[in-house]
Amino acid sequence: MSATTATEVAIRPFRFEASQSDLDELRRRLQATRWPSKELVKDGSQGVQLATIQSLCRYWATDYDWRKAEAKLNALPQFQTEIDGVDIHFIHVKSRHEKALPLIITHGWPGSVFELLGVIGPLTDPTAHGGKAEDAFHLVLPSLPGYGFSGQPPEVGWGPGRIAGAWAELMSRLGYSRYVAQGGDQGASVTDAMGRLAPKGLLGIHLNLLSAFPTAVQAAIFAGYFPAPEGLLKRLAVAFVAAGADKEPKAANATAAVFRRGYLVEQGEHPQTVGYALTDSPVGLAAWMLDHDPDSYEKISRLFLDGAPTGGLTRDHVVDNVTLYWLTGTATSAARIYWEETQGILAALKSGQAPPKLSLPVAFTVFPNEIIQAPRSWAEKVYPNLIYFNEAGTGGHFAAWEQPEIFSEELRAAFRSLRSGR
Amino acid sequence: MSKGKVETVTRPPTSTSDNIRPFRVNVPEEQLADLRRRIAATRWPERETVADDSQGVRLATVQELARYWTDYDWRTCETKLNALPQFLMEIDGLDIHFIHVRSKHENALPLIVTHGWPGSIIEQLKIIDPLTNPAAHGATGSDAFDMVIPSIPGHGFSAKPTSTGWDPLRIARTWIELMRRLGYTRYVAQGGDWGAAITQLMGVEAPPGLLAIHTNMPGTVPDDLWQGVQSGAPAPAGLSAEERRAYEQLHDFFADHVAYAVEMNKRPQTLYGIADSPVGLAAWMLDHDPKSYELIARAFAGNPGGLSRDDVLDNITLYWLTNTGISSARLYWENKFGFFNVQGVKIPVGVSVFPDELYEAPRSWAERAYPKLIHYNRLPAGGHFAAWEQPALFSDEMRATFRSLR
Repeated sequence: MSATTATEVAIRPFRFEASQSDLDELRRRLQATRWPSKELVKDGSQGVQLATIQSLCRYWATDYDWRKAEAKLNALPQFQTEIDGVDIHFIHVKSRHEKALPLIITHGWPGSVFELLGVIGPLTDPTAHGGKAEDAFHLVLPSLPGYGFSGQPPEVGWGPGRIAGAWAELMSRLGYSRYVAQGGDQGASVTDAMGRLAPKGLLGIHLNLLSAFPTAVQAAIFAGYFPAPEGLLKRLAVAFVAAGADKEPKAANATAAVFRRGYLVEQGEHPQTVGYALTDSPVGLAAWMLDHDPDSYEKISRLFLDGAPTGGLTRDHVVDNVTLYWLTGTATSAARIYWEETQGILAALKSGQAPPKLSLPVAFTVFPNEIIQAPRSWAEKVYPNLIYFNEAGTGGHFAAWEQPEIFSEELRAAFRSLRSGR
Repeated sequence: MSKGKVETVTRPPTSTSDNIRPFRVNVPEEQLADLRRRIAATRWPERETVADDSQGVRLATVQELARYWTDYDWRTCETKLNALPQFLMEIDGLDIHFIHVRSKHENALPLIVTHGWPGSIIEQLKIIDPLTNPAAHGATGSDAFDMVIPSIPGHGFSAKPTSTGWDPLRIARTWIELMRRLGYTRYVAQGGDWGAAITQLMGVEAPPGLLAIHTNMPGTVPDDLWQGVQSGAPAPAGLSAEERRAYEQLHDFFADHVAYAVEMNKRPQTLYGIADSPVGLAAWMLDHDPKSYELIARAFAGNPGGLSRDDVLDNITLYWLTNTGISSARLYWENKFGFFNVQGVKIPVGVSVFPDELYEAPRSWAERAYPKLIHYNRLPAGGHFAAWEQPALFSDEMRATFRSLR
């Protein structure tokens, strides 16, 4: 963050209007898609099924209207500001309630600010959504560097730690001196890093994914479970599982399975390689983004095959998000965050340096269909100052997107105790 | 695409077996125009943020490949292929494509050579003449081979399986049947990459006519080291210098260069982008292993080694025109066998170690892996695509390996 002082600190209003030629070109490509042969199985075990992606493609090329998504975004106060050399895009919605608590929520991969639109109403205007005025939040929803309308970092180093620093600067630039932070998926890594950075004003964090694999793994390694301080995610997974398998076999197996997901290994190792196909083929991009985890894939697949929405998740939601990646050409830059994260872990392992302790208050919600049902014992181990732990009744990896009401209620409950005593 | 159009050929099939049809490649002009259109319309990502290939295939390399691809002439490759006797034979419900070149020498030894991924029969074209017509290549007629070069199911002009189960063992058994139907009662087999896996399984099956096998990517890692090398454990004490080097080569490969294989093993169908984007397919295929990537990147930077730009594009274009990016990837999904560990081949085996292969199998491991090791040699040059990169060295290795079996 040393460059910050020299940075242009202006905050500029932002609107986006895709050019008609870009939208026409997208439709042209969708219609010209060359398909592979059908998978040889009757389930999702070989990857995204042809019928699902063809149905998505049909909807995308015919009925879908990006202008509606654009209008939804442009109805919100959006801004860009340059931090650490990268233009950061964010939505900033202030509550009308005076004592609202500022909250920065970070999306993940393959998500975007679109994941979070459903929680803006409930969190900024709780009285209209069955909540109380004293539960209100001011919301800051940034796009990760390399994602959506944020700039694509032209250099290495933009892992979760550097992003956390940028978010702290953003909140300070917005004049927030007391605030909280939330994240799932990559957003959880960034939010965890913010907690460790503990910038002035950050009161606590909430996570809906145990992002602190690296921390837990490093703990396992330093405890002697792991033979050598080198290697990649796969080896980290081995160590992680070794550290907890005896006590929490279900969660440990789920964790190990995460590290065997193709997208994660590819994006961690060679994001540029897969980026060419994803940047050139909209259907290739959509399929890659659908294949995040079995639960969300099943839900999205049903949307397109049966038209059955899951919670708040609709076909438009899914296609809005994919179209944002397409129009901004960010498949490769978004994938690169996995590479950055991997490099960061390797560097930490090599240096033997433990990450800074996270002593700020941490709240955690487990959604039942999340990739890993993090046991309370793991959360407690990673976050000694765990102020809140709850298992929500329903919801999966894209919790805010699928279940905005439940997600909002979790945030109200998680942060309630941090509002007092100001 | 539809497969190449079948036309009559002047050369009759050389076997009395049933169900064999001559095959020629004839890609409709419209498909070539569509390919050129797609390449020209490529939407590019931004450049990698590093000054090396540590984030994958570099933008400058793929852009140079794409530029050359629009000048490139597939018809030259097609003519080369159609100058060779090619056939389709239905085996186990699937049309198998193969090149079948008989030597003019009477006592030629039949040899079936199998390609791998991301390869094809294109890898083997340069060794056909040296092996079938050795006298023209500084060797003697007594070293001649009759050659059978099949396309793996789901690859090139072989059909794509429509049900599961086409794993390397089933392919090995199909090859045995192919050789039987061609009337070969005494033959040998060779392969690298998938071809090595398939050829070794042919060796394990040990059908009566199979005299010996040769591989340039042998499975020699001892059982007690196999788990450690995959999971990233450091090399144990007590290894010789050669063994330690081999261990570390594989160790690094599993750590940094297996993502493509993990994706194809877990989620081959998800790779829709490589069916829809020629440049996406090319980049995916270039990212096999660091040494072959460097070799290919140098070729497109104007400094070709064992592979020319046309070599590389012949192969990629074959994948594109047959739309086999995903059907070929499915072999990783099917596979349950290890590439580098001991498979239990009891018949005679020859091993050639090329220096830029994924690992350099030590003689000590090869001797333990193959109780009847009839040939072991370390070559001065060549890598993963040995036959393609170093056809003369590779042909010499075939002659030396199989000489004693004639």
